[in-house]
Amino acid sequence: MPPNYLKIAGGTVYDPRHGVDGQVRDLWIADGKIVDAPRDSKVRPSKTIDAAGLVVMPGGVDMHCHIAGPKVNVARKMRPEEKRVAPPVERTATTHSGTMGSVPSTFATGYKYAGMGYTSAFDAAIPPLAARHAHEEFADTPCIDKGFYLLVGNNQYIMRAIQEREPARLKAFLGWLLSAAGGYAPKIVNPGGVEVWKQHPSGNVDDLDTRVDYFDVTPRGIIRGIAQAADELKLPHRVHIHCNNLGLPGNWTTTLETMKALEGFGGHLTHIQFHSYGGGSGDEDTFNSKVVPLADYVNAHSNLTVDVGQVLFGETTSMTGDSPLGYYLSNVYKTKWFSAETEMESGCGIAPIEYKNKNLINALQWAIGLEWFLLVDDPWRVVMSTDHPNGGSFLAYPQIIRLLMDRTWRRDALASVHPLVRERSTLADLDREYSLYEICIITRAAPAKILGLDHKGHLGPGADADITIYTPDDNPQTMFELPRFVIKGGQVIVEQGELRESTFGKTLHVTPDYDKDVEADIAKWFEDYYSIRFRNYPVGEEYLHEHETVPCQ
Amino acid sequence: MPDKKPSTPAAPSIVADVACTGCGCVCDDIDLVVESGRIAEARRACTLGEAWFIGQADPSPPACLIEGQQAELADGIDRAAQILASARYPLFYGLRHTSSEAQQAAASLADVVGGILDTPTSTHHGPWGVSFQGVGEVTSSLGEVANRGDLIIFWGVDPVVSHPRHFERYSLFPKGMFVPRGRQDRTVVVVDVERTASADEADLFLEVPRHRDFEALWTLRALAADCQLEPQQVLEATGRPLADWQNLMDRMKRARFGVIFFGTGLAMTEGKHLNSEALLAVVREMNAHTRFVAKTMRGPGNVTGAENVLAWRTGFSFAVNLARGYPRFNPGEYSADDVLARGEADAAVIVQCDVSEDFGDQARRHLAAIPHVVIDHRPTETTRAATVAFHTATAGIHTGGTVYRMDDVPLPLRPALASPLEGDLEILERIEMRVRQLQSSAAS
Ligand code: SF4
Ligand SMILES: [Zn+2]
Repeated sequence: MPPNYLKIAGGTVYDPRHGVDGQVRDLWIADGKIVDAPRDSKVRPSKTIDAAGLVVMPGGVDMHCHIAGPKVNVARKMRPEEKRVAPPVERTATTHSGTMGSVPSTFATGYKYAGMGYTSAFDAAIPPLAARHAHEEFADTPCIDKGFYLLVGNNQYIMRAIQEREPARLKAFLGWLLSAAGGYAPKIVNPGGVEVWKQHPSGNVDDLDTRVDYFDVTPRGIIRGIAQAADELKLPHRVHIHCNNLGLPGNWTTTLETMKALEGFGGHLTHIQFHSYGGGSGDEDTFNSKVVPLADYVNAHSNLTVDVGQVLFGETTSMTGDSPLGYYLSNVYKTKWFSAETEMESGCGIAPIEYKNKNLINALQWAIGLEWFLLVDDPWRVVMSTDHPNGGSFLAYPQIIRLLMDRTWRRDALASVHPLVRERSTLADLDREYSLYEICIITRAAPAKILGLDHKGHLGPGADADITIYTPDDNPQTMFELPRFVIKGGQVIVEQGELRESTFGKTLHVTPDYDKDVEADIAKWFEDYYSIRFRNYPVGEEYLHEHETVPCQ
Repeated sequence: MPDKKPSTPAAPSIVADVACTGCGCVCDDIDLVVESGRIAEARRACTLGEAWFIGQADPSPPACLIEGQQAELADGIDRAAQILASARYPLFYGLRHTSSEAQQAAASLADVVGGILDTPTSTHHGPWGVSFQGVGEVTSSLGEVANRGDLIIFWGVDPVVSHPRHFERYSLFPKGMFVPRGRQDRTVVVVDVERTASADEADLFLEVPRHRDFEALWTLRALAADCQLEPQQVLEATGRPLADWQNLMDRMKRARFGVIFFGTGLAMTEGKHLNSEALLAVVREMNAHTRFVAKTMRGPGNVTGAENVLAWRTGFSFAVNLARGYPRFNPGEYSADDVLARGEADAAVIVQCDVSEDFGDQARRHLAAIPHVVIDHRPTETTRAATVAFHTATAGIHTGGTVYRMDDVPLPLRPALASPLEGDLEILERIEMRVRQLQSSAAS
């Protein structure tokens, strides 16, 4: 029996992984995967999508967003005022209802990603102790494949292993933790700084060499230690780093030092926009862009990749595993503030926030994000993100695409923001325009590659049949906002922005090989310090539902 | 779905590390000794926990009653679905003694039929929920308190009675990383309207007259900001001399990691959400001086899970109205007790919750007058009066799933016994399936 083929006929195909730049091709799909065209020319597909004149790309991959777990859910509870005025997501015969605002409910999140042509998304900050919760929300987030990164940069077991100079124990623990929690990658957030915050009023670290009390380690040591362990475990996405001093004037030197602290190990620096500021600390009048020297360093060091964390003007919610940052923001913006520490592991801060185009700092943040897109030479190493919802909603991606593809529109936008931005950043001088091919790289091909997802972000045989088909338009924002078709795992789920079918979507996770001898020591650690039993910590397979282990290699 | 039903062996066996849902502490270190199909012993459980585990040994009630008469389960499912499919404004309430998986199924059903969806949060912690939305909250997991807390304040809560192992596991006695000598390294303060059993364990007990919580907390806020206060005014407002509050504030500022645990004693007295708002504000402001967190003490069952499930599925954690086809939120207006008391709901589904404790007379009278479905793990007044009643297996005893501790830490339930009864999850899913059939045949 030949398989049930779906054929996408005659589309203008973009598949950067295979160097395909807008060529007219047919795609064949069977059993949820892209396959070679059948040899026997008499074989007919059971369904054909006529894509003549349409643009065909792999489904979008969001490698850094906040869509599930305790922090996101608290933000939902905390912001009814936003949800009341947002357009509702109504129930249909095949879909559940939901709410929007900057932190949409789970079903709404899945539908909206799919509606925009994104078929995979990764939550960037889950406390391992709450992994079970994140998986429960994932089970209620349809249409997209998803995974999450585990907060490890202030994990006390890891800090102790570094303090005691036991890299093998660190490595084994990291392997155990990722497996036990069903996580995808290790995430470092303000390494050491959250632990200092837990110990001292308004506490934080100043730079990479500040010593953390009690554990006697430094942020540099934490970054270096975890990067090495991740490398030895051969994790598909080595380590995802939110640097120290996020948002503070003058933080660019910390960011540069973080890049150096990796000592050549692979590392991804996230929402780099928030970490690229010049100026004196505490002196907002000198705030300026330092993208040029940082992008130069990234351009010259192939072990580094970044996503941007673009800021959009308007109201949103800031949510972070960086507790001292949450405190700082809530004091700056004089807003309500949520903070929660998770024992042995991490912190969390949430505050409403508004970016205004006439505010110099906010306007500079906006410009700095765009500079990053335009100053990294190799699009395979810079990824689209808003750090949803921190810089703005993921739904702003089409708008950012237009800013990158249309320099006239970008200039007009620049003219509408605080005038000093032209002096304090290089944005006015940047003429670069992204091509569709490059947009395809930064929104799907590159994030898939950086995540080590061999079966995503491209259209070669063996890839998941996650495909987005767009109607070309002179305005790229229009084009990317309203895909003609979205295909998830070989099923057409969206037509002209309307959800046709709600698929489940699978959970992507890793199960690295690690030295099992470590478990006795971890069990003892749990007995001494955790408030739950060791045996109740690992997340059972029943929480993973449809899932796939991505190999470590 | 995590829902394994082990076969019951004859020889005594031990199911280890079971989570207890007898109160919001959700102690997960209980060893259950199972003998001839019943729980003979619940090791490490407190008396409340023992009552929860061992009280389950009753013979199984009938799986389904229609108007008080024993009925086939399938008929009960059908009748329940008919009630919901023809209701204009159905109400869903409860979700206390169940897994978050079943809570998801209930939320799904409420969405499909478009009703009110509400939980005991509304009746017990609604004011807290509202003040949380106003000022936020600075909080932590209970293990942080165990490892760091050196000043522990209980305000309007008597854990010795309501949360018997709280002291042992989280707040007083654990020898933690930064408080290695346990109790000796901590100062314990109880604030309440009368001397309680917990007050006897405290280093300092502050008796405050009824309905003066707000004034007391406001005094602390002022002292935190070093405001000069008029002693006579403070005495009149709070019933205690200024020096007592100054003494407490000095301790709070000296603490390295302070915590205030508060209960319904604070949230539901006069002033309601102003009380909890004042408390959350004091705790927030203390962070200018030291580290300080607050934590509400939740009662039995999985109320915290229900809040989480409702929040991620609808965006709102209680008092949700799905009648227009999408979620709306308005505590008071859409709270179950009010919706019933105003006579608005024309059908109801009560899931795993004894409403005699939660609803006022008027609400209960209206409930009795409308067709309603009750899903419970044990026979109660409510199941007996129901139009359709389902008796189910018990979450955490017979079925698995997830429970959320009062600090949002999710824990697995480990079933120790088999039950001939269906779980509530299955019942809810079957009702939804039948409702969808009825809806689509009505549409075509
Ligand atoms: S303290 Fe609460 S959770 Fe712990 S055993 Fe007692 S009733 Fe159960
Ligand atoms: Zn982020």
